[in-house]
Amino acid sequence: MKPRKEIRPPRLAEKFLSWYCRPELLEDLQGDLNEYFHRNAKSRGVLRAKLIYAIDVLKFLRLYTVRKPEFINILINWIMLGSYVKTSGRSILRNKLFSAINIIGLAVSMSVGLLMIGIISDIYSYDTFHEHHDRIYRISSQYQWLENKNDHGNASNSMMVGKAMQENFPEVEKTAVLHTGFGGDLQFGETTVSLNGLWANESMFDVFSFTLLEGNPATALKQPFSIVLTETSAHKLFGDGNALGKTITLNKDRQYTITGIMKDIPKFSHIKFDLLGSLNTREITKEDDREWDWDNVWSTYVYVLMQPGTDIEAFQSKLNAYARQNDNLIPNVKVYLGCQPITDILVGEDLNNQIGPTFGKITFWIFIAITAVILLSAAFNYTNLSIARSLRRSREVGVRKIIGAVKGHIIGQFVVESIIISLLALVFAFGLFILLKPHLLSLQGDLQELLVLDISPALVGYFVLFALMVGALAGIMPALFFSKINAVKVLKDVSGIQVFRKITMRKVLIVFQYCISIIFITSMFILHKQYKHFLAFNLGFTTENIVNVSLQGNKADPIVDDLRALPEVENISRSRLITSTGNYWGAHLKTEKDPTDSALVWHNFIDENYLPLHDFKFLAGRNFEAKPDSAKETEIIVNQNVLKRFNIASQIPADAIGETVKLDNQKVTIIGVLSDFTYGKADSKNSNEVIFRYGKKEAAYLNVKLQTHNRIETQAKMEAIWKKHDSVHPMYAKLYTDQIRDSYDGLEASIKLATFMAAMAICISSLGLLGMVVFTTETRLREVSIRKVLGASEGKLIFLLGRGFIVLLAIASAISLPVTYLFFDKILLVQIGNHTSIAPFEMFAGVIGILVLAGVLIGSQTFKVARANPAEVLKNE
Amino acid sequence: MKGTNLGEFEELVLLTIAALMSEAYSVAICDELEKQTGRSAKLGVVHAVLNRLEEKGLVKSKLGEATSTRGGKRKRYYSVTAAGKSALLKAKEVRDNLWSMIPNMSLKNI
Repeated sequence: MKPRKEIRPPRLAEKFLSWYCRPELLEDLQGDLNEYFHRNAKSRGVLRAKLIYAIDVLKFLRLYTVRKPEFINILINWIMLGSYVKTSGRSILRNKLFSAINIIGLAVSMSVGLLMIGIISDIYSYDTFHEHHDRIYRISSQYQWLENKNDHGNASNSMMVGKAMQENFPEVEKTAVLHTGFGGDLQFGETTVSLNGLWANESMFDVFSFTLLEGNPATALKQPFSIVLTETSAHKLFGDGNALGKTITLNKDRQYTITGIMKDIPKFSHIKFDLLGSLNTREITKEDDREWDWDNVWSTYVYVLMQPGTDIEAFQSKLNAYARQNDNLIPNVKVYLGCQPITDILVGEDLNNQIGPTFGKITFWIFIAITAVILLSAAFNYTNLSIARSLRRSREVGVRKIIGAVKGHIIGQFVVESIIISLLALVFAFGLFILLKPHLLSLQGDLQELLVLDISPALVGYFVLFALMVGALAGIMPALFFSKINAVKVLKDVSGIQVFRKITMRKVLIVFQYCISIIFITSMFILHKQYKHFLAFNLGFTTENIVNVSLQGNKADPIVDDLRALPEVENISRSRLITSTGNYWGAHLKTEKDPTDSALVWHNFIDENYLPLHDFKFLAGRNFEAKPDSAKETEIIVNQNVLKRFNIASQIPADAIGETVKLDNQKVTIIGVLSDFTYGKADSKNSNEVIFRYGKKEAAYLNVKLQTHNRIETQAKMEAIWKKHDSVHPMYAKLYTDQIRDSYDGLEASIKLATFMAAMAICISSLGLLGMVVFTTETRLREVSIRKVLGASEGKLIFLLGRGFIVLLAIASAISLPVTYLFFDKILLVQIGNHTSIAPFEMFAGVIGILVLAGVLIGSQTFKVARANPAEVLKNE
Repeated sequence: MKGTNLGEFEELVLLTIAALMSEAYSVAICDELEKQTGRSAKLGVVHAVLNRLEEKGLVKSKLGEATSTRGGKRKRYYSVTAAGKSALLKAKEVRDNLWSMIPNMSLKNI
């Protein structure tokens, strides 16, 4: 053993050299390089020698050394490609079951990939329509009171910073300052429409590329009381008539002149509005006493257009210095400033108080990670299945090799085959994409506003590219495997080939895939039970047949009178809030006995009809009596929790009547005690001390109790009445039970997501299992035949073959069930108030379903093998 | 006029091949050039020149024996062809003529 033998030039470099070098020059070059290598290895050490070798190989890459591509090779490759496609087509048709499984498996996971591509393509289209989008930055803020620095910064900033940007920073070319809260009811002649928008300063159209169709962008927002409308808004107010220069009345108060008509905002803008008002109007109307305060960082948004070539880091340090100068302006408050490119807003740093919906960095990356896991899992299954079928295909490969196919040809053939399968899968995936798109968008309200997922030629191009990549990824492993098959051995004895030695790895993966499936399906069942439970939850009062109508600032009395005239209306009450849907309104209460014990209680303003209409249970005392609006507040009705909290009258309801308490420092008498009911949401753990106060004029909602079978007709009648009283705003009326259901839409979205994930995971793991089963049964075909000849029964054979998989599934269940149970029982459900416990049904329904499915898969394959005629099998060997 | 004109480095390589006689293969040529000129001759450069000389027909090559230091690869031995010889002679002649035109005195004073 000479030690020198172990010193070798780097293999990669050697391979590279022989790949590119002309054959007639190759031997000489290799020899020379080797000679130098050994010389260098002695004088400078092996590592340096290797490095020099690699560098020399690169240096030899010259025109005269490089192999010329031969025309004949290209031609052959083209001809072969046709042949690959043909044989792949045949192979796909011959094994219809396997091809279908592969295509479906890939299609399911690819549909997720397509959604992901759609989302990414949408997200990266955001705000790129601005001509200077590479130079626009948003100035963000972070608020600190004493030592309590907020975890997240704010997207918003102060008016003061907006002004400073223009005046103190020469690197800032232009500054756009936006302020929320402009808009309301716009009136022109007889028409009134309700619009929402922003205050904006005159640089708005210099920074952003919103196009003005009419009006001068430089001066449109210069004068106070100027308004710029979008095309759609202008159309609502003026129809097809001319809008520019007209004067409108805003909120029946001030007059504004229309100085510009803007093209509608592109879909992919993170700033959205119906109209803009000139920011300097606020100086005249004096909207806010603290307008220019340093710490008023909640409603203003500052965007700057930087000079070309500005060093952003230097700018950031100037911002820091500027912010520290102002530390003393407001005692105990510090504000930090940051800047963020406009194209980063949608998936950048998670900031609070965004001007519109954003996607959020974390959500984005979680989504990408899940997609990647699903895709890899599916690609792995494809590999698994293809190799499992190797016993059938290896003879074909052997013959090909003997005819003269080299490794490259075999690899080419199998990669082409998997690419064809993946392109077929793309067709199905595309169908799924169309099918899933609306569900994804409706999953959460914001998503619908953020994404469109429109199919454009570019997107289809990405999809095809994606399918090619998935195909190559899934096909490369089987291709390499088959290319290494030894032709002679294979033709002599099929069972001689060594198939995929990493069998343990595959078992672990099967267990892992099944764990995921079980976790998702069980979660779905558990969440679904909670959802049903909360919808049917006994709130302590009735919500049946009650329609809540939002008054939207209108006077209640005339509407109530008209509605009462409808025969279907049984009764009408008024309230400030709709409770049990997650709304809260607090007030401070204390007793006279212990004035230091003051606590926050929840309250609602109601009229005399509210409690009977909702069927509240009185434990003692009486309901409110009708009172004029001018009457002083002297009475309240409390629930039992209030008595407990303050220990009023030893918590005996009857004795509490007539007790006086102080509500927001005003003396009031308890006239009634109600049994406990749910004020916030049934799933919240907030305290539940509630008082009712009498206040007709505080009402924001009418609670209309109906007695009807034809709800649609009644709704139409109500709408007609509404129209009579308010022609501007559409009626907002909803069934109380629907409102409660809507308040659980987060839970509903989780269930949808869990269902989808479960379906996906089950699909993928079933395919993985199928691959394993086929592989195992085919390799044991001979053994099974011999056993059968010796007298084993079919049942025993099925048991023999299936045993191993049952064990794997049992392990998966044993791992995932306790994990799921503990997660929900100890972590998730404890955070939810009034949850129901997990029953055996939810725990086991999903698992049993999965096990049955797996059983069918295993059974069908093992049954086939067990039924095979041993004479046939053994004859072939 | 391609084929007869020699560059400076080409001439040196051609001369080295002639000097090394039967031992002229790439590595040996490099070593000899380094020894004689005192400057390092890069293998890649020498290879390119050898290739060019062969294209011009000034040298011819044949494969020789393999050695273990070369990892079992054979050496390519170069020898000067008749065209190469005449090119060398022509180059020498040009120089000699120019040298003979220089009077002794004129160089001494520099």
